[in-house]
Amino acid sequence: MGADSPSGAEEQLKLRDRLAKLRNVPLLRGVGISGELDRLQRQIERIAAEPDADEVWRAVELARHQDRPYTLDYVERIFDDFVELHGDRSIADDEALVAGLGSFRGRTVAVVGQQKGRDLRERHQRNFGMSNPEGYRKAMRVMELADRMRFPVFALIDTPGAYPGVSAEQHGQGGWIARCQLQMARLDVPSVACVIGEGGSGGAVAIAVADRVIMQENAIYSVISPEGCAAILWRDAGEAKKAAAALKPDAAHCLELGIIDGIVPEPPGGAHEDYDEAARLLGGGMAAALAEVESDDPEERRRARYAKFRHMGVFLE
Amino acid sequence: MESRIDVSIEHRGPEPDDDGPHPNTCPRCNSHYRDDELDQTLWVCPHCAHHFPVRARERIGQLADRGTFEERDSEVRSADPLAFFDLRAYTERLAEAELATGMSDAFIAGGAMIERRPCELAVMDFAFMGGSMGSAVGEKFARASDRAAERRVPLVCVTASGGARMQEGILSLMQLPKTVCAVDDLRTARSAFICVMTHPTTAGVLASFASLGDVIVAEPGALLAFTGPRVVQQTIREKLPEDFGLAESNSRFGHLDAIVPRSELRPYVGRVLALLSG
Repeated sequence: MGADSPSGAEEQLKLRDRLAKLRNVPLLRGVGISGELDRLQRQIERIAAEPDADEVWRAVELARHQDRPYTLDYVERIFDDFVELHGDRSIADDEALVAGLGSFRGRTVAVVGQQKGRDLRERHQRNFGMSNPEGYRKAMRVMELADRMRFPVFALIDTPGAYPGVSAEQHGQGGWIARCQLQMARLDVPSVACVIGEGGSGGAVAIAVADRVIMQENAIYSVISPEGCAAILWRDAGEAKKAAAALKPDAAHCLELGIIDGIVPEPPGGAHEDYDEAARLLGGGMAAALAEVESDDPEERRRARYAKFRHMGVFLE
Repeated sequence: MESRIDVSIEHRGPEPDDDGPHPNTCPRCNSHYRDDELDQTLWVCPHCAHHFPVRARERIGQLADRGTFEERDSEVRSADPLAFFDLRAYTERLAEAELATGMSDAFIAGGAMIERRPCELAVMDFAFMGGSMGSAVGEKFARASDRAAERRVPLVCVTASGGARMQEGILSLMQLPKTVCAVDDLRTARSAFICVMTHPTTAGVLASFASLGDVIVAEPGALLAFTGPRVVQQTIREKLPEDFGLAESNSRFGHLDAIVPRSELRPYVGRVLALLSG
């Protein structure tokens, strides 16, 4: 049901309610720059209506679009300087996950994020953005550095999932995903995570235990890929579109479920249509989210972070 | 091409049921047992030592001192926040699992004594929707962990899970950080966490609280993997090592403190609890 579908007064009322709720998301206010309010308003209206199966699937396609900006595309646009740090100080440098220190609006922040490859060679080099344990260990050492130096942590999430490989298992993939979450949850410094493409399952949540978790308008965040879910529950990976509609991995649904704190708008047509504009909006979103949490006392901030994640879930009692 | 006469049709026996072999038939050596025989051996095959799956209540009976287990949060059950519907409704699958298992969800938790040492004991049940972790399982784990922290006793958790419960979508993924935060609160309270991994402990459960045990042990032959062998095989299209993802492989690579056969589990946990109590 789009915003302008002829759905009667009740639907209109529901829509206005949602709009009011969405307008109260601080992030969107922070992003807004007066000249753009109209365009933002249109975008808010588009996300305000509950997306139907086609819209959810469109987000899945845009999140995976081959021209979509990746982590390093944003890094070079958002940061004035960036020094990438390599290696897990144990056995390897996992190029599926990049980490480093960047200069963001006059201050230093630590950045971790999955990196996909643009062409065939780079895709293999980056392992399609699927990290091994070495990647999570690299993220952990850079987060530890940030904590010691009192730098905020930014995480940019874009992965189909953690790598399903033999050595990944032998090197403790599950355990390192757990320890990476633990380390991030314990940070004294403020953290902001943004899903910029695919937020695939454990591989994504490993670096998403942040004070503020936000999503780009056409990103997805899901416990399993639509194809994987369809293969298991429908016994047919071809039913991915139905699975996506059921999983509700799009930003609007994630916001409604209380999983994320805000949505970062993308240029019309999607982030791939205008890298510079997408980066400008993302930078604004990250800054606004950071501003919300950075003045808190570290102990209080951690308590709030724990309380937020401890309250996630819907059950009966 | 060699031509062969296929006689399999004539020799085909009755159609196998969808449920596969009888649960009391050993999948490794094909020996078949009565319930009472397997009860005697803690559901371990007397012939080949294969460890059959154990239901949560039975596991509690095997581990806890008789009459000491006091169940908590038995009224916590799953909701259907996404109104999830695949070939069937999630609510229907839940109702069916409740009927089949007599449980409210895939987790039972409460206070207990093991070898006369107090602890919080939390046990997963694979029979309830593959032991999958949705909001109810995450909440029950977090509460058990909180009680252990409050009582200053160790948390003992027995895992058996296929991972996050996808019918709860992103909410089930959020049970990973939720349970991780719960374990950290337990650590802050200076309580210890013993994790007993049983077959299978995979995906979202392995990638969250289970791997954060201070002492992690597994039953022999248990599959402990973030990604199971079938999916890894499909991805890399190579032959997997014979013991891929099994407890024995995990032990060799340093992820386990011990592999403990079921008959020795209770005394082992008892000794660790005694040492942890200083």
